Amino acid sequence: MNNNKLALLRNGIIKENPVLVLLLGTCPTLAVTTSAINGLGMGVSTMAVLICSNIVISILKNVIPDKVRIPCYIVVIAGFVTIVSLLLQAFAPAINEALGLFIPLIVVNCIILGRAEMFANKNSVIDAAFDGAGMGLGFTFALFLMGSIRELLGSGAWFGINLTADLISPMAIFMLAPGAFFTYGCLVALINYLSKGRAIKKKEFGCEGCPSASGCPSAAKGGCGQ
Amino acid sequence: MTELAIIMMGAVLTNNFVLVKFLGICPFLGVSKKLDSAIGMSLAVIFVMVLATAVTHPIYMGLLAGFGIEYLQTIVFILVIAALVQLVEIAMKKYMPALHKGLGVYLPLITTNCAVLGVCILNIDESYTFIQSIVNSFGAGVGFMLAMVMFAGVRQRIETNDFPIAFKGVPSTLVAASIVSLSFMGFAGVIDGIFGL
Repeated sequence: MNNNKLALLRNGIIKENPVLVLLLGTCPTLAVTTSAINGLGMGVSTMAVLICSNIVISILKNVIPDKVRIPCYIVVIAGFVTIVSLLLQAFAPAINEALGLFIPLIVVNCIILGRAEMFANKNSVIDAAFDGAGMGLGFTFALFLMGSIRELLGSGAWFGINLTADLISPMAIFMLAPGAFFTYGCLVALINYLSKGRAIKKKEFGCEGCPSASGCPSAAKGGCGQ
Repeated sequence: MTELAIIMMGAVLTNNFVLVKFLGICPFLGVSKKLDSAIGMSLAVIFVMVLATAVTHPIYMGLLAGFGIEYLQTIVFILVIAALVQLVEIAMKKYMPALHKGLGVYLPLITTNCAVLGVCILNIDESYTFIQSIVNSFGAGVGFMLAMVMFAGVRQRIETNDFPIAFKGVPSTLVAASIVSLSFMGFAGVIDGIFGL
């Protein structure tokens, strides 16, 4: 029993890490990871929404009619996003400022809708909560890792503390858009290397995990443009 | 007029939605394998972006700001966009089957595309007027198309290249995106230059 819950957590963090293995939620991953603290803030905000929405959707799984389930999920998620956004405005205005537009955009983060569609509406409340926590931790970890790398290379600091800026002149390009794509590419390549290509086999930004897949005619045929 | 031109150019080039602002990365990486589907997807995105802005902007100004319930913005916008895309798809299927064949397959994907919700929220954040919002949304859509079409070309060329095993597939795509994005940084001063700001 306990093993099962631990497996759910580990699944989200390592085996099916949403960012590094499933390649979901790429927009916030690339956009907000200019520093470790921003990555951490975004990760924790998303995790909070993910756990809460997973729990509520799992509770309501027998009440929500199958045909209108996606709009129902979106309302639940949007409600929690609004709560998180108001909390951030009140208690962490600096992070709220840095994340800006990407706080309301948590609503359309594929990880959250994807987990609601694939896990929460089929499993018990407790399992759904653990799955949300695991996926959320995996997301937070990946964002924190990317934020740390980019901050260290781009400004020679970590959490705003100057580390290598005086020794090596910082490469500002890592703080900008191209650096984000490059860092993400290298991280995915590293995962590929470590898992000997097993982790990311055919998952090339596919329709798995895409919340719209169930209603999308081209997903049935194996992806867009097939 | 100059103001509108600046907004338009800014949305297409300097603040390109995909390569500078990181909105709509999923379709950018997922649908850019073939030029045809890249163009189809971008046209659908332009269409939905303009339409969604035309609907959400008046709703925000009239309803939400009017009654002082701006905090409901996220919920209202996403629901309006989702309903709108559904309606457009149904109407298109009935009245314009040819267009539906070309663009229809991309419409369900667009509901949860962060670029569409993003542009609607951004227009409100920047406190653009209705006309400015429409121009900004159209520009954002065109910028999306530019990035998609360029990147589809790049991808077709790197498809057959010989990468180290670990970089095959997704990582090579991301590194290519990084270089394309680098080229867009060259546009940084273009607008100031053209309009002599």
